Amino acid sequence: MHFFRWTRGVGRGVSADTLGESLFRWFSTLVALGVVGVLVLIATLLFFEAEASIRVFGWSFLGGTVWNPQPPLLFGALPFVYGTLVTSALALLFGVPISLGIAIFLSELAPSWIRIPLTYVVELLAAVPSVVYGLWGIFVLAPVMRTSIEPFIQGIFGFLPIFQGTPIGLDKLSAGVILAIMIIPTISSVSREAFLAVPDSQREAALSLGATRWETTRLAVLRYARAGLFGAIILGLGRAVGETMAVTMTIGNKNVISVSLFDQGQTIASWIANNFTEAETPLELSAFIELGLVLMLMSLIINIFARLMVARVLRQGEGAA
Amino acid sequence: MALKLHVESLSAWYGEKLAIQDITMDVEDHMVTAVIGPSGCGKSTLIRCLNRMHETIPKARVEGKVLLQGEDIYAASPVSVRRRIGMVFQKANPFPTMSIYDNVAAGLRLNGVRNRDELDKAVLESLKQAALWDEVKDSLDKSGASLSGGQQQRLCIARALAVKPEVLLMDEPCSALDPIATAKIEDLIFDLKKDFTLVVVTHNMQQAARVSETTAFMYLGKLIEVNNTRELFERPREALTESYITGRFG
Repeated sequence: MHFFRWTRGVGRGVSADTLGESLFRWFSTLVALGVVGVLVLIATLLFFEAEASIRVFGWSFLGGTVWNPQPPLLFGALPFVYGTLVTSALALLFGVPISLGIAIFLSELAPSWIRIPLTYVVELLAAVPSVVYGLWGIFVLAPVMRTSIEPFIQGIFGFLPIFQGTPIGLDKLSAGVILAIMIIPTISSVSREAFLAVPDSQREAALSLGATRWETTRLAVLRYARAGLFGAIILGLGRAVGETMAVTMTIGNKNVISVSLFDQGQTIASWIANNFTEAETPLELSAFIELGLVLMLMSLIINIFARLMVARVLRQGEGAA
Repeated sequence: MALKLHVESLSAWYGEKLAIQDITMDVEDHMVTAVIGPSGCGKSTLIRCLNRMHETIPKARVEGKVLLQGEDIYAASPVSVRRRIGMVFQKANPFPTMSIYDNVAAGLRLNGVRNRDELDKAVLESLKQAALWDEVKDSLDKSGASLSGGQQQRLCIARALAVKPEVLLMDEPCSALDPIATAKIEDLIFDLKKDFTLVVVTHNMQQAARVSETTAFMYLGKLIEVNNTRELFERPREALTESYITGRFG
């Protein structure tokens, strides 16, 4: 009897509170939909603001190499797209092997007493503000690059066009190194998840064939998790493409398309951050916004691609389990 | 009868928990030895100790000796031991990202075999030995995961056989399979002892009686009785064995 009274009491309490309940429900729904709304709004506004520039330059905006705020007004995005792609590629080149090493160590090799603290430390790298990475890049990395690393590379591979010119330290290579450090937490933690999702029965299959630890990782873990791994790398790429502050501080900021990694450059994000406030004409402003739209689309495509890959992995994992 | 494996005073732990205790038994060459007992009696742990798979689990520990042709496997490297003593698991675990061919060839490639003819020959032979060849000969490029459960288990057997192990350990190889697939694997076990020595863990007493020459009965981590299979089932020496095989517990 007591039990029934108790439930009825709760039931009555809920119905008495219907107003709060529905308010709460409406508020949750509203903020959730609001996020979608904001995204759509940003994209739409960017598009409308960029319309003038799109109308004037068309596709040649993407191929143009000049940014001329004086008449004749001419704006092109190519040096920034180029800088973005080069620094992001460098970031992947340096960041992916290190991230994979970390992820393999954390999921396959590390004893449990070191696994958890190390996982936290790696993820803490993601918590360092990007302006701090930038400062570190300027005051620590750049001098080392200028005086030691770049001359050293030049001494050996100086005949290659990508390593020619005077080492300055603030250049595409340094920006790539900073970006690599910044994407390590993303890539290593997502790929670690993918490795942990590999069933132990797969590892046992390899071990029972007489595989060593590394062979087991290669045969059972890396292959099984390959789609997740790919997703992790793409997520890291997404972060590298959009990163602004640290790159702006280390890339040297020069609007040129040059082959040498020891030359300064410019990314979409660094160019906007550095010069947006100095836009002199409505058309230049519109061109800046179109640049932002290009960047947003690049990130969006990369992210959608990455999520599809990760989703495929999860489905695969369930299917095999 | 030639002796293949000799297990002496073998104990194994998971952390602090003792899983098997002081087990001494022999496994004869070119014979099927069955290990039976109720769930949790340590029979899987026992065979995982025979190719040093037990120690791959964190905090797992082993004491005692396992002699393969007189050599202590715990004095050798685990990798070389596992190349001589293969294993098939309870749940079929083919590599899903690999083709049927690559699954079977995986162990050989680990051993550095690159010659295509040699691989082709070994894959053919192993799939035939595993009684799978006729069913997959036209689809060797398909994923190992595309096969049925029973076929996957035979693929795993073929994969284990391809490296020509001396001993094949099977940890409840039929427990996830339907009766028809089970019968196929049992026939296979019978054929395989021509070329290999087998140790089969099973919770199914009829299966043990059907396929094995020797049966070991385990209970609560201890080896209660090991004997010729017919003897063990018809005239058990221990009261515990008798009550298990007559279905009074388990």
